[in-house]
Amino acid sequence: MRNIDAFNHVRGESVYLDDIPVRQGTLYAWVFGSPAAHGKILNLDLSEAQNMPGIIRIITAQDIPGENQIGGIIPDEPLLAEGEVHFWGQPVAIVLAETELQAQLASHKIKIDLVKLPVITDPREAQKTGKLIMPPRTFALGNPTEAFATCEYVFEGTAESGGQEHLYIETQGAYSYVKENGSFYVASSTQGPTAVQRHAATVLGVGMAKIEVDVMRLGGGFGGKEDQATPWAVMALLGSALTKRPVKLALHRLEDMRMTGKRHPYSSDYKIGFDKDLKIQAYEVTFYQNAGAAADLSPAVLERTLFHATNSYFVPNVRATAFSCKTNLPPNTAFRGFGGPQGMFVIETALAHAAEKLGLETTVLQEKNLLCEGDEFSYGQITEGCEARNCWETAVAKFELPKLREEITTFNQENKFLKKGLAVMPICFGISFTKTAMNQARALVHIYTDGSVGVSTGAVEMGQAVNTKMMQVAASVLGIDTARIRIETTNTTRVANTSPSAASATADLNGNAVKMACEALKERLKAHIAIQLSLPEITGIELQNEQVIVNGKTVDLSWEKLIFSAYWSRINLSENAHYATPEIHFNVEKEKGHPFAYHVYGTAIVTTTVDCLRGTYEFDSVKIAHDFGSSMNTNVDLGQIEGGLVQGIGWMTMEELLYNQEGRLLSNALSTYKVPDIYSVPKEIDVHFMATQGSKLAIFGSKAVGEPPLMYGIGAYFALRNAIKAYRPDFEPVYSAPMTPEKVLLNLYPDFK
Amino acid sequence: MIRFILNQQSIATDLPAGLPLLDFVRYQQHLKGTKIGCREGDCGACTVLIGSLENGQINYRSVTSCLMPLANAEGKHIVTVEGLNLAELSPVQKAIVEENGTQCGFCTVGFVVSLSGFCISEKEPTHTKALAAMDGNICRCTGYKSLERAAEKLVNNLKDKTSENSLNWLVENNFLPKYFPEIPARLQALQNESAFETLRNSEEKVEFYISGGTDLMVQKPEAVQLATIKTLTQETTLKGISQEGNRILIGGGTTVEEMRQSPEMNAVFPNLFPHLKLVSSTQIRNMGTVAGNFANASPIGDLTIYFLALNATVFLRKGDVLRELPLKELYLGYKTLAKEKDELIEKIAFEIPDSNTYFNFEKVSKRTHLDIASVNSALQLKVENNIISEAHAAGGGIGPIPQYFTKTSEFLKGKVMAAEMLKEAAEVLQSEIAPISDARGSATYKRLLLRQLFFAHFLNLFPNTLTAENLL
Repeated sequence: MRNIDAFNHVRGESVYLDDIPVRQGTLYAWVFGSPAAHGKILNLDLSEAQNMPGIIRIITAQDIPGENQIGGIIPDEPLLAEGEVHFWGQPVAIVLAETELQAQLASHKIKIDLVKLPVITDPREAQKTGKLIMPPRTFALGNPTEAFATCEYVFEGTAESGGQEHLYIETQGAYSYVKENGSFYVASSTQGPTAVQRHAATVLGVGMAKIEVDVMRLGGGFGGKEDQATPWAVMALLGSALTKRPVKLALHRLEDMRMTGKRHPYSSDYKIGFDKDLKIQAYEVTFYQNAGAAADLSPAVLERTLFHATNSYFVPNVRATAFSCKTNLPPNTAFRGFGGPQGMFVIETALAHAAEKLGLETTVLQEKNLLCEGDEFSYGQITEGCEARNCWETAVAKFELPKLREEITTFNQENKFLKKGLAVMPICFGISFTKTAMNQARALVHIYTDGSVGVSTGAVEMGQAVNTKMMQVAASVLGIDTARIRIETTNTTRVANTSPSAASATADLNGNAVKMACEALKERLKAHIAIQLSLPEITGIELQNEQVIVNGKTVDLSWEKLIFSAYWSRINLSENAHYATPEIHFNVEKEKGHPFAYHVYGTAIVTTTVDCLRGTYEFDSVKIAHDFGSSMNTNVDLGQIEGGLVQGIGWMTMEELLYNQEGRLLSNALSTYKVPDIYSVPKEIDVHFMATQGSKLAIFGSKAVGEPPLMYGIGAYFALRNAIKAYRPDFEPVYSAPMTPEKVLLNLYPDFK
Repeated sequence: MIRFILNQQSIATDLPAGLPLLDFVRYQQHLKGTKIGCREGDCGACTVLIGSLENGQINYRSVTSCLMPLANAEGKHIVTVEGLNLAELSPVQKAIVEENGTQCGFCTVGFVVSLSGFCISEKEPTHTKALAAMDGNICRCTGYKSLERAAEKLVNNLKDKTSENSLNWLVENNFLPKYFPEIPARLQALQNESAFETLRNSEEKVEFYISGGTDLMVQKPEAVQLATIKTLTQETTLKGISQEGNRILIGGGTTVEEMRQSPEMNAVFPNLFPHLKLVSSTQIRNMGTVAGNFANASPIGDLTIYFLALNATVFLRKGDVLRELPLKELYLGYKTLAKEKDELIEKIAFEIPDSNTYFNFEKVSKRTHLDIASVNSALQLKVENNIISEAHAAGGGIGPIPQYFTKTSEFLKGKVMAAEMLKEAAEVLQSEIAPISDARGSATYKRLLLRQLFFAHFLNLFPNTLTAENLL
C-alpha cells in the first residue's frame, strides 16, 4: 500500500496550515525577537510601531492574562521575554496587523533598549560556571575504575558533534480564532497537540477544555515541532483572545531559523579500555550538552544520550555522565534520534581512535564487541531478540565487505589525489518514550450507518505515513476496504491527553489503540451476527473482504448490510480504546529498569570518494542491512530508511550551524545552511529488508523505523575520515563533526598556514 | 496594469509590480498548491512554469515564484500545479506516487512542476537531464532516491515524445491539460494589446531596476514590494548573444540558462555546461541574468569571476550615452560599482579565445550544487611553446570584491610552464588577497582553497605537463 496522501500531495491538494482558508477579519502576526543573545531590557518603545498603518495591537508579556510560561519539562521559559532576554531572536512582542507586510514593517519600528550581558555559547564554559538546566545524571554498570586498571589498552579523547537545523520545508505556524463562551480553536503545525493545548491554557488562564487544537498534517517535523510548535500556536491564541479576531502566525524562514531550537551540539570526553583480546572492558564518557537558554526537551534528550552511549556494543563497566548546559542559544530541542546520535558518535569516535592507535580496522573492534542476546545495557535492560550480530554479519556477507575493502585499497594505491574511505556503522536504538508514562495512546473509531469508518488517534501525520499505517490496521482488523476509511485530523476534542508524535513509537502506540478499538467493534458485530444468523456462538465468525464468513464460508451478509442492521439493533458502532505499552518501567533514582519495549538494530556500510585537491567529496554507496521485523509497509519503510540516512549524512557532513561570539546565528538561511540536495546524496543506497523476528510490542510484528536510520549517517563521518587518512596517514584530525569540505581540506593540508 | 495568463485564466491586475508572484498566486488567486518554503529561491517549493512566446514558439521554463516580481509575468503564461492537474494523475504525478517519492508532501508540488517543465521543454530527455531539472528542489524527507526512481520511470514514458508539435503529444498522452495548445495564440493576442501600454510607461522615479530578481527579491523583498520598480526583462535590447568580429557580445538581460544553452558560447567553451551546472539551480538560472550577477557585485558572483578571467568589457548605457568599461574596473569596493545607479549594463563583450588559449573555472562550496561558493576562480591563459604569453586570473570569496588578480596575472606572463614557477605564482596570489572568516569558511580555509583551485586550473588544463605531486 502507498501513502494515502500521495494522490493529493502530487496535485497540490493536501491542506497544510497556511492553506486553510482564512476567515473574515483575520489578523496577521509578526514576532519581534531580541536583537541580542543576553541582556536586560531597560525599555521597550512601541509607540512608533503602534502608529504604523494597519496595526491593531502589539502584545507584550504584560498583556498575558494567565501565566507567562511555556516550559514543558521545567517551567523556565516565558512565552514573551520579561525583564531579560536569553537568546538572539527570543520573542519579545507580537505585532498584529491587517496584513502580514504591515505587521512586519511595524516590527522594524519597535525600539528595544538593552544592557548587554555576557554571552555563553560553549557548553563546557557554561558547566564550569555552574549554568546547568538540571543536576547531572550518571548511568553506571560494573566498576569502570577497577576495570580500567586491568585493561591492556586505554584511550582517551574528545569528540564534538554539531547541531542541526530541522529544516522542515513548512515553517512553524498556527491559525486561531475565538469560538464562544471563552473557548478557542487553533490549527497548529505541531507534533504535540496536547502540548499546545496545555500551554495555551496556562498562558490564557483557562481550562484545557476551552482550547481545541486541530492538526491536519505537517510539512515536515523531525522533532522540530514536538515542543517548539507550541509558542507560535499560543501566540496566535493570545492574539485572538486579546482582539477577538482570527490570527494567523506563520513564520518566515529566517525568523524560524533564528528563533527556534535545533539538534543539540555536544562536546564529550571519553575513555575506553580493552583487554588483550580487544574486548571493551570499560567505558567512561562525559557529555556536555548545549541545551540553549531554556530546558525545552533537553532533559529527555540528555537521558536518551545516556541510553545510547554504548550504541550496539556490550560494555561490562560503564560510567556515563551528562551535563545539560545552559547557554545563550535558542533552546535546543528534539530532532530525529533525540540525543541518541550524539551518544553514538562518541563511542564510534572512541573505537576509531583506538583502532588507529592499534593499527587495526575499526571494524575489528566493532565486530568483536557487538551486543549478544542476554547482554545487559548500562541501564539494566537485558537484550531480547538481539539482532546486532545478525545485521552485521548479513551486511558483511550480502554486500561483500572484504571485496569492497579490496577495491578501495586498490583504488587508493592507484590514485594519489582521489581517495576512497569506508566505514561500517552498526546501530541499536531503543523504542519507547523513555518517560514510561508517555507510552500511552487512544483511538476513537466510528462506524457510520453506511459502513464508512472514521478513525481518530493522537498520531500526527508529518510525512511518516502514520495515517497510512492506521488505515492499514483498521482495514485489516475490520476486514474492509481502505476506501471506506477516513483518517481524521488529530484533534484534542476527539482524542485527549495525547503524547506527541515522536520517539518512533507513534505507529506502535496509536496503531495498537486502533487495533483494540476495531477489535472491540468486531466483537460486538460478531455477537450481533450470531444473533442475526441464530448461531450458537461467535467462534467461527470472521469479517473478511467486506463479507461475513462463518466457518470458512461466505454468508449472505455484506459489511454494509451488517452495519445497517447492527445500527437498527442499537449496537454501539463507536469505540474508544486506550493502549499503554506493557512491561516497560524505569527507576530514575537508580537509573535502572526496562525502559524500552524493544530495540531496533542494523548495519550500514558507507563508502566515499574524496577529491584531495579540492577537499570535496561524494558518497559512492551506502549499503544497509536493517532489522524491520515484519514490515507493515515496505514502501513507507524504505522511504524512512533512505530519508533518515540522508538526514544523518547531512548532519555529519554539510549541515553546519554557525553562531558568532555574540550568539547570533550566521547560517540563518537556506543560502548559508545547506541540507542535502539531489546531487549530494549517495549514488547508491541499497537497503536489505531483514525479516527479523519483530516485536510483540510493536504493531503487527513490525518494528519502529522513524529514527534509527538517521544514525547510519554517522558512518559518513568515519568514511570521510578514513579517506583523509589514506591521503595523510601521518595526521590525526580531531574528532569534530560535521566534516564539511572545509574541515576535509584543512585536514588534508594541516601544514598550510 | 499587468496582464498575463495564469493557467487558463486571463489576469489583469494593478497590484504592485514588485509583489512576489508567489504571494499573488497563493493569496490573491487562492491557488494553494504552490508552497512557501524559504522565499529566497533556495528550496523550490514555489516552483511554477513560465511560458514565453519567442518567435512564435512557446517555451516553458521553471522558476521560483518567490523571487519573481509580478511585473515579470507580463505577457507570459504562468502555470501552477492547478494548471497541470487532470482528472487522472499525469505521468509525472503517477511516477512520483508509484515510486513513493512523496512523504510530507510539502516540497512535492515543486518537484511535480519542475519535472513537468522538463517534460515540456526537453527535446532529448535522459535520466541525467531529469535529475538536473530537480536541482533546485529540496526535499527533507525522502533522501531523493525515490524521486530518482520516479525520474527514471518518467524518462521511459517520454521515449516516444515527438519534437514537432510536442504540446499536442503531451496533451494526447495526459501530460498536460487540453488548453495548453491554445495558449500561444492567446499570448500573442495579449502582447498585441499590451504593446500600447508599455509605450506609455513613464520611467520617472524608478527606485529599483529589476531584471531576474534573484538577488534583489532576496535582499530587499519588502522594499521592492513598496517601491516604484522598472523591470528590464521585457527589454529586447538587453537580450541575445551574437558574434561581432572576434568578439562575442552578450546582452545584459541574457539569463544564465540562455547563455548556457547558447550555441555561440558552447562552441567557444566546451566545458560551459558542466561549469554552469555549478551555478545556482535550473530555476534560478532561468531567471538570473548575466548583468544582474555583475551589478549585484557579490564578491563571489560566479559569472563575474568567469568573465573577469575572460577580460571582458561591459557596455554601460544611460539614455543615449553608451560607454565601455573593462569589467575589472567596475568594482571599487564592497558592493560599490564604478557606475551610476541608473546606468544599465547593456551588454558584455569579450574576445573569442584562439586555439592557444586555455580557460578553466573552479568552484567549491559547502554543497557542490545550489550553493554560493566558499571560493571560486577562473583562469584564462594564452600559451605558446610552453610559454605563457597572456594570463587573466580571477577569484571570489577572498576579498570584498570579485577580484581580478592583477599581480598574479602579471607574474604569469612570459613564464615557462613549470611546477616551481606555479608555486611562486601561488605565493604571489596569496599576497594579493584578503579573505575574512564567515559562514562560507574561515580565512585560512579560503586561502588554502584558492591555492588549491589555482593549481586545479593548471592540472585540468595541462595534465601532460604538470602533476599534482609536483605542486603539492
